[in-house]
Amino acid sequence: MNQIHWLYLSVLLFSIGAVTVLVRKNAIVVFMGVELMLNAANLAFVTFSRINGNIDGQVIALFVMLVAAAEVVVGLAIIFTIFRTRRSASVDDANLLKY
Amino acid sequence: MTLISAAEPGVYQAAEGTVQSGAWLLVALPALGAAILLVGGRKTDKWGHWLGVVMSWAAFVWGALLFFSLLGADAEERAIHLHLFTWIQAGTFQLDAGLLVDQLSIAFVLLVTFVGSLIHVYSVAYMEHDPDRRRFFAYLNLFVASMLLLVLADSYLLMFVGWEGVGLASYLLIGFWNHNPAYATAAKKAFIVNRVGDVGLSLAIMAMFAAFGSVSFTDVFANADSASENKLTVIGLLLLVGACGKSAQFPLQSWLGDAMAGPTPVSALIHAATMVTAGVYLVVRSGPVYIGAPDAQLVVVIVGAITLVYGAIVGCAKDDIKKALAASTMSQIGYMMLAAGLGPVGAAFAIFHLLTHGFFKAGMFLGAGSVMHGMNDSVNMRTFGRLSGVMKITWVTFGLGWLAIIGFPLLSGFWSKDKIIEAAFIGEGWRPWVFGLTAMLAAGITAFYMSRLFFMTFQGKEKRWNDDAHPHESPALMTVPMMILAIGSAFLGLALGVTNGLVHWLEPVTGAHGEEEPVLSVPVITGATLVLVAVGVALAWRMYWQASVPVTAPRGSLLTRAARHDLFQDDINEGLFMRPGQYLTRALVFVDNRGVDGAVRGLAALIGGLGGRLRLLQTGLVRSYAASMLAGVVILLGGMLAVRL
Repeated sequence: MNQIHWLYLSVLLFSIGAVTVLVRKNAIVVFMGVELMLNAANLAFVTFSRINGNIDGQVIALFVMLVAAAEVVVGLAIIFTIFRTRRSASVDDANLLKY
Repeated sequence: MTLISAAEPGVYQAAEGTVQSGAWLLVALPALGAAILLVGGRKTDKWGHWLGVVMSWAAFVWGALLFFSLLGADAEERAIHLHLFTWIQAGTFQLDAGLLVDQLSIAFVLLVTFVGSLIHVYSVAYMEHDPDRRRFFAYLNLFVASMLLLVLADSYLLMFVGWEGVGLASYLLIGFWNHNPAYATAAKKAFIVNRVGDVGLSLAIMAMFAAFGSVSFTDVFANADSASENKLTVIGLLLLVGACGKSAQFPLQSWLGDAMAGPTPVSALIHAATMVTAGVYLVVRSGPVYIGAPDAQLVVVIVGAITLVYGAIVGCAKDDIKKALAASTMSQIGYMMLAAGLGPVGAAFAIFHLLTHGFFKAGMFLGAGSVMHGMNDSVNMRTFGRLSGVMKITWVTFGLGWLAIIGFPLLSGFWSKDKIIEAAFIGEGWRPWVFGLTAMLAAGITAFYMSRLFFMTFQGKEKRWNDDAHPHESPALMTVPMMILAIGSAFLGLALGVTNGLVHWLEPVTGAHGEEEPVLSVPVITGATLVLVAVGVALAWRMYWQASVPVTAPRGSLLTRAARHDLFQDDINEGLFMRPGQYLTRALVFVDNRGVDGAVRGLAALIGGLGGRLRLLQTGLVRSYAASMLAGVVILLGGMLAVRL
């Protein structure tokens, strides 16, 4: 199987994630989109690692997973707090920080 | 022309004995008087004027003692230097404050203190009913002190201190009645015109410092011999600007007429003893500089000649007795400037005329004050006439002054002015003819306008007094100084001139002149001058004694009207300097407000406006931020790919 196809999948996943982030209002879903984009990147790293016969990409993928885990902890806490104060998890409602 | 240069500069004697080493008291005494009267305030009202008088006379007594101590010394040892203190010390530059008492400065000291003291005495009576008489005397003392510092200083910088002091005192005195806005304006005018001259003098001092590295008389004169002519010309011309401002010489003469706003004793003081003589002193004192700069000398002579004709023309048309006298001062100082500009040939005569002029002009101003005193402070000569009967002392003393100034034989003016006219005829080429004939002709005009003044006031066909005028003789405190000055007007010239005593006395400072002969023989000059004087007097006699004088001034010829307007000096000044200056400042204010401020404010507004627009991009919508980030990244990557490709 041509390894380039993994890259196509990665692009597809990334696009889905990005569109999710841009289109959906619910913070949880947006968050899922972000996760999707991160893992699309991981897939690309691993694929390139295989193509180049170099382990670096796989190591970076591990790091990304680690960071993503930490990010999920913090992100979910923020979303939780926002929901508690505003009774809403819509990203469009949290727009106080503007002109 | 052979020039025997002045006594080697720098060989001044150190002061010896109490009298000489106490020379600083000359300045300190009147200054102390002024300080006491100004600080003491109303508490000194009762006796303040007498303190002023005493301080002034004390300075005169000390000056006289000093004079006799100089008289006792050899001619070469008559320049005494008194070191006071180290004034300015900066790196290698050191300037000592010291006094230089020599033949020239002692002549000034005696004139200033003697005539000044007489004016002090006169003022006691003249200002009797003025509530601010004490303040007046404080200023008079300040004036005398400043003038003495001016003539006694041993460096240009210290002289400048006195110079400015004189300017300040004249401002305070001209504007003494400053509750009258016109008088306050006159004071300001005098002050501002003097500032123009002072800029010249301060630039001259800076030029000296740049050229010689020193501003003391000793160093400047010692270096003047070897300095280039260009340098000396620049310094000489700048000094002349200063002298023109102080001495009311063309083109800085406009303040003098308006300075009549001050009380009459002030006019006497300004015109006779202090202030206007300072410029002549400056030029004569700076003789060594001018000797090396013939062009600057020529300019001095030209300025003197223009002023002397200018003043004479203006004097012919004025109906205000004080302004007519002021114009005559301008003209007479013009004579002195002319003589001073001639160098050693005329400098001593300039001082000679300055001394005699000090007496007769002070006498006449005090006389004018006496007339005003009797005529309800009126100054319009057209409302005087035949005052000789009621004011005998004033009439006689003024008459002596009048005869002296027109150069009546054997009176003071005859000796000093004729010498200047003779000196003006010395030289080669066109100069003696132009300057000599100008000076001679102006003597005739002088005779005309002074006779006009005298006849209109004291003689004439009829009395033209105002209804409420009850002329009377002034009190003795006023008449005695006038008498003393009249005696001086009559005999000072004879005493100093017949043996050329003053000229020989001054020779070490002004430089001796050889035996140059005028282009016309002396008897011819004297004779012609006397004929012109006689013509002037006769003309005035016909017009203002034999014929009746209209109380309202006739329209007069174009020249008369111009002269009444001071030959449009104010219009010229206003048109050439004041208006363009105002336009310039207005234009600058406009440029500042609209241009500079506009640019700064405009830039701020632009940035602010731009910021306001850019701010709207911050919508607070997270998804729009994410979209722009994504777009940015895509564009960035696309760009990189495009470059790669």
